[in-house]
Formats: sequence, C-alpha cells, structure tokens
Amino acid sequence: MTGGAIEGLLRELAPQVLGAVVRRYGNFASAEDAVQEALLAAATQWPVDGEPDNPRSWLIRVASRRMVDQFRRDDARRTREDLAASWSWSLTRPDPVSEQDDTLILMIMCCHPSLSPASAIPLALRAVGGLTTREIAAAFLVPEATMAQRISRAKAKVKASDEPFGLPEPDRRAERMRSVLHVLYLLFNEGYASSSGPDLARTDLSGEAIRLARGVRASVPEDPEVAGLLALMVLTDARRPARTGADGELVPLAEQERTRWDRGLISEGVALITEALRQGQVGEYQVQAAIAAVHDQAASYGDTDWSEILSLYGLLERMTGNPMVTLNKAVATAMVQGPGAGLALLDGLDERLGDHHRIHSVRAHLLEQAGDTDAAVAEFRAAARRTTNLREQHYLATEAARLATAPTDN
Amino acid sequence: MRFMLLQNYGEVESECLPMTEWTPGDVKAHIEFQQALNQELTERGELVDAQGLAGPEVARFVVSDGVTAPVITDGPFPESKELLAGYRLVDVDTTERAIAIAAQASAAPGQNGVPIRQPIEVREVLSAPDPEV
Repeated sequence: MTGGAIEGLLRELAPQVLGAVVRRYGNFASAEDAVQEALLAAATQWPVDGEPDNPRSWLIRVASRRMVDQFRRDDARRTREDLAASWSWSLTRPDPVSEQDDTLILMIMCCHPSLSPASAIPLALRAVGGLTTREIAAAFLVPEATMAQRISRAKAKVKASDEPFGLPEPDRRAERMRSVLHVLYLLFNEGYASSSGPDLARTDLSGEAIRLARGVRASVPEDPEVAGLLALMVLTDARRPARTGADGELVPLAEQERTRWDRGLISEGVALITEALRQGQVGEYQVQAAIAAVHDQAASYGDTDWSEILSLYGLLERMTGNPMVTLNKAVATAMVQGPGAGLALLDGLDERLGDHHRIHSVRAHLLEQAGDTDAAVAEFRAAARRTTNLREQHYLATEAARLATAPTDN
Repeated sequence: MRFMLLQNYGEVESECLPMTEWTPGDVKAHIEFQQALNQELTERGELVDAQGLAGPEVARFVVSDGVTAPVITDGPFPESKELLAGYRLVDVDTTERAIAIAAQASAAPGQNGVPIRQPIEVREVLSAPDPEV
C-alpha cells in the first residue's frame, strides 16, 4: 500500500475511530489526542509492517491503549472511577450509532457556537478530517506550536460546554447545523481563496471542505441545505483551473476560459442542486448553488441567463438582507437592464457597506460599461487602495492602468 | 486575519531613557515581559512570528537601478528613530484583538518598571482574494 493510499484510508477512518473511542471512554478532548497519536503511529508503522487485517480495530485498540495510559498518569483515584464508569457504560449499552452519525456528531461538536471559525476549522480538520497538526499548521502558514495550542484551547472550550456526545436535541439541531455549514463554507473559501499556483506543500483546504461536506451529507442525505452547500462547493471548485492565469494572476469570471472548467464536477453539482431544490425547502446555500449552476452551464459570460441570476439574487437578498448580496444583484441588474440601473442600486448601498473596496470595484466595472472611463479609473484606484487582498489589489491596479492608458473612442 | 505589529526606534510617550541607560534589572524585566507576551500569544494560538532587528548602527540602505553597481549607505543615520526595531506577526479573529495585543506590547515595562508607552503600528497583512471575484 502506498503512503498516499494509507493517508487516504487513515483520514477516512479518523472520525469512525474517534467516535468509537469517545463513546467508549467519554472525554472528547483526551480521546482526540489519543486518536491523533494512533493515526501518527499507523502512518509510520503500516508502510513498514503492512496494513493490519482490520485497520479500524487496530486504530481503536491503539487509541484506547493511549487513553488508558493517560488515565493511569492522571490521579489514580479519579482514574479508577472514570474507568469504572466508562467501562460499565460501554458494556451495558449496545453501540446504537452508525459511522455516518459519528461524522455528523463530531462536526457538530467541533463547530460549537463558543468557538470562532478560526478555532473550529483546525479542530474539525484534525478530529473529523484526520489531518495532523503539522499539516494544518502548514496549510494556515502558522508555526506548529501555535496551531497545537489553538486546537487544544478549542477542545478545552468544547469540554467546558459539557455537552454529551451525541446528536443535539431536535429543537437545537437546526441552529447547530447552521454552524456546521457555516464553518465548512468558510473552510472552502479559505482554500479557494488561497489556491494560487502549484503550491504542493499546502494541504488542499477546498478539497478537505468538500470531503467533510460529503461526510456530513452521508449522515443527513435528506437535508437540502447540506446538499446545497456541497453543490455550491463543487460548482465553484469546477471553475478553479480557469481562475488563475499563467502567472498566478486572478482571472475574473467574465474572462475565464470555460473549456478549462471541470465538467464532471459541474454535472455532479447540477444534479445535487436540482434534486435539493425539488424538495421545496429553499435555503441560502441552495440559492447560491443555483446561481453557481447558471454560471457553470453558460457557454460564455454574455450567454449567461442573467435574468435568472437576477431573480435568484433577489430571492437571496430577501432571505438574507445581506448588502453584499445586493452588490452582486447590482451586477446582474446591469447585465439585464443596463449599467445605469445597476449603478442606481449601488447608491443606496454606500451607507450600509461603508467604504468597502467591493462597492468601489463593482461601481468601477459598471461605470466602465456605461462609458464613463475617468470615473471608472478613479473607482478602480479607490478599490485597489482599500482591498486587503494581494491578488485583488494587483487585479484592480491593473484594471485602473488598462483603462487609464486605453485609447479613447472619440 | 493577520496583522503586523511594528515597533520602531521612535520616541516613546513616557519619559524613558534609551534601554542602554537602564539598570540591569529593568532590562531583564523588559525582556522577560516580551518573552512572556510571546509565550502567551503562542498559547492562545495567535503568534506566527516575532523578531527583533539588529540596531540602526549596523543597518544599510541599498539603492540600485539594476544596471550599475548598487549604492550602499552605511549608518549612522540621522533619522534612525524611524527605523524598524522589531515586529510581531499575529493571526487573530478580529481587528480589535490585534489592537489589544498592540496595547499590551506598548505598555511593556521600561525604566523603574514604568510602562514604556511605545507606539505600535498595527497593519493588516494582505491576504488572498475573496472567492466571489
């Protein structure tokens, strides 16, 4: 078995093993450490000794041994009580939870509302994704010691919340699912935004987000928002090959070479979102996925069904009240009704969005469409000064320079 | 969000003399404070990097047109107070948190343990672009 195949298997097994160990011994925080140690042991031993007959049992056994060692190191009296309690618990009850549920339960724990996304994401990558602290640290470009501390602080917070290991009560379930989906969405964006060029050393965070979302979907295949989020991810990821140019520069949607889009992912995403929408419980990820699907199925930027996109943004605007959505709606409005109508929508936004770079860049594009080159240049420059994104800064500065030096028509 | 917290040799807002004129105890307390702050930031999962730079006496300015030999200027520099003394690179959840760390660093103990009140420049590091663009 190759290193890559073992790594894939270990990541697959990680949430199942962790679920089993937590259910046997309780104590999520220690169990998570023990499983991480077992995964590291497997990653060094299996390539030499060969894969065990039952890899899952091997990992559970090694992790359990680490748990017991840990208990022994702790206060002896408490240890006996803990072990007695956990053993009687595990012996008297059958294992009622399926492996799919473990992934969902663990995701819900890792995305606890007391955690910021910057803490929940690394914890989920380790506990559910089976990544090592070193890999996670490298992906987020921070020292391993810093990432290790961030993860253990996150676990301490989860522990302090004193939640039982299991699915939350039905009345809290929807709220917790929203946290899970939000964290997965942010993880996907983190990977998508940072994917510049062939940087092989960094873990593919978008790929990890998609993998985790597939795991959650396997637990709740009937949830249309989970399907919507997964569809949004694959439909967005499908465009990734065309999103950066030869020198790593940003290529906007309007100029992307669509033959480079991943057709397989587009088909998968379109099927997912079609099926989800059919259930008639529309949520914001489904609407975003529907918008992505319209883009992905268009032969060119001009051929895009902009009136469909406009009505979807209108729906999303009513659902979320998010001014960023209105900003996107302005772009679609300009495509359907002309740049003047788009610009008119922006006027009401300044107050709500403040001096945000995106409003300047959208206004710049619309002014350019309207033929007001000087104003467009000024807006591109204003956007470039305000963005906190390096490649976007390059892109906006380049756009300003292109327009400022373009020969005028008259 | 990543922030660079920059401190230069510029004037501090306390009446503090340069560190070379402090007592050894004051110097020790100052260094221990910096190390403890770095330790705290590591434990909070926020520290990416922290470095102090060698003094302006050994700084050089290099200017080149890419064709002829570069012009290298050695110190001393009359404007050395504007030179960077050190930095912390932190990865935090909010701008407010970066400002709070800067405030902590600014209040490092100086002479006689009095807070040094050194101005800390708080600058966000440019990140990768939004996926929506």
